[in-house]
Formats: sequence, structure tokens, C-alpha cells
Amino acid sequence: MDHLELQRDDIGAKLGMWIFIFTEILLFGGLFLVYAVMRHRYMADFHLASLQLNTFIGALNTIVLLISSMTVAMSISAVQKKDKRMATILLSITLLCAVIFLVDKYFEWGHKISISLYPGTDLMQSLKHGYILFFSLYFFMTGLHMLHLIIGAVILIVALVKIRMGLINDEHYVLLENGGLYWHLVDLIWIFLFPLLYLVT
Amino acid sequence: MISEEKHITEYSLYGKVLIGLLVLTALTILFPWLNLTGFTALIALILASTKAGIVMTYFMHLKMEYILLKILVIMVLLIYISVILLTFSDYIFR
Repeated sequence: MDHLELQRDDIGAKLGMWIFIFTEILLFGGLFLVYAVMRHRYMADFHLASLQLNTFIGALNTIVLLISSMTVAMSISAVQKKDKRMATILLSITLLCAVIFLVDKYFEWGHKISISLYPGTDLMQSLKHGYILFFSLYFFMTGLHMLHLIIGAVILIVALVKIRMGLINDEHYVLLENGGLYWHLVDLIWIFLFPLLYLVT
Repeated sequence: MISEEKHITEYSLYGKVLIGLLVLTALTILFPWLNLTGFTALIALILASTKAGIVMTYFMHLKMEYILLKILVIMVLLIYISVILLTFSDYIFR
């Protein structure tokens, strides 16, 4: 029986993902720019406000995301080597890292919310303008980043299912590559977020 | 135009890249303790940009990609840097 193959354009697919990544770079880049200008204007307030953040958890999250980037990159090699088991293990570690990151975020945000330190509360509105700006930027940027992380994790879950089903294999793996690229973007954003928000001196 | 050769990156290369990234992360965290106030932000940005460059080159596979993609990435980064420079050159003179 003749097998009709749908027309695929793997190079186009990957290029499309890169173009999307460019838009994301400009999106977060714009936010970083706002942060940079505001930090320049309220330098002392930003420094004091950033002391409220937990640098240890921030550092832990950075390490966790770096490891997850490595494992997702490795999973592509595994698929290319037709090593389904290794690809599954590596992607699972990546997803575990995502969960760890989200749990850390839960503790971070949870703590701030429990002491009323978030945009809109009376406490927040009573603070100095620089403080309010810092925390608005903090919650918005880490929140938007977290949203991207969740989306990336969902894409990788889909990729993992497809690997198990054999739909992603050593001849068709552009979905995994693109999911990996998106995941690296999430890592890239955090690489900048961490020092800018947590290590303000 | 663009040929698809299957170049499979070895796991060990990714491992080495991770170690490099972790070292840079450690530097980023320890550097503020040197207390060079003004320079700390600049060094932090340089370290972060280096890490980003490494992630893009090796994890995102840019090193092995075709030249057009590399040019596009550089173009977008140049656009972004221009936006930063334009914004600050306006802001500083207010």
C-alpha cells in the first residue's frame, strides 16, 4: 500500500519558532527596559525593596532551569540516536525541574501574599513610590515568565507523549526541537531576571 | 539551499556547557560581595549576556545552524540594543 506522506517543512517550522522567539525577546526586552529606567530613577528604593526577595530560592531556580535546559537539549540527541528510553528519562527530568521551579515560586509568592506585599494592598500603597514600582515590576515580570514556563511545560508534555507513541522519532522530531527552543527561551529570560531582580546592590 | 545534515551532539558536550553555565552563575552571585557598587550591575549584565550567548550557541543549537539563522538572531539583538540606546539617550538628557 502506498503511504501518502503529508508535506512537511521542518526547516520552515524551526524558522517559524525562531521568529516567534524574536518577538518574545522584544516583549521581555521591553519590560527589562522599563525596569532599567525605573531602577535608575529610584536606585536606593530598588536596592532596599530587592532585599525582600529570597536570593537563595532565586539562585536555586536559576540552577534548576539551567539543568532543565541541558536535559531537554540532550533529549533531542537521544531521539536522534533512537534511544526512546533515554529521551523519556531526560524529558521527564526537564518536566520535574519545571515542577520544582513552580513549587519554589509558590513559596516565594505565597510568602509575599501572606504578608500583604503585593500590588493593590493598603500596605503596598503606603510604601514609597520606588518600592511600589519595584514590586509591580517583580510580580509582573516573574508572573509573565511563569506563564511562559507553564506553556513550555505543556508543549514538552505533548512532546513526551508523542515520543512514547512513536510519533516523534529520529526522522520526525521538529516538534521536540521547537519545544526545546521555547524552553531555552524560558531559561534565557530567567538568566536575566535573576540578577536584575534579586542581586541589586 | 539549506542542507539538512544530521549532526548529533554528544551528551558530554551539553554536560560541559552546563558546568560552564553553573560557574558563571556562581560568579554572578558572588560578585556583588566584592562591593564594586557602580560596576556590579554592568558585570552582572555582562555575565548574564555571556550565559545567554552560551545557551543560544550550544543548547539552542545555533552553532550548528545555517548562516541565515545566525544573521537573523544577531539582527534582532542589534535592534533591541538600538532601542535600549535610543531610550537611554533620551532619558539621560531629561
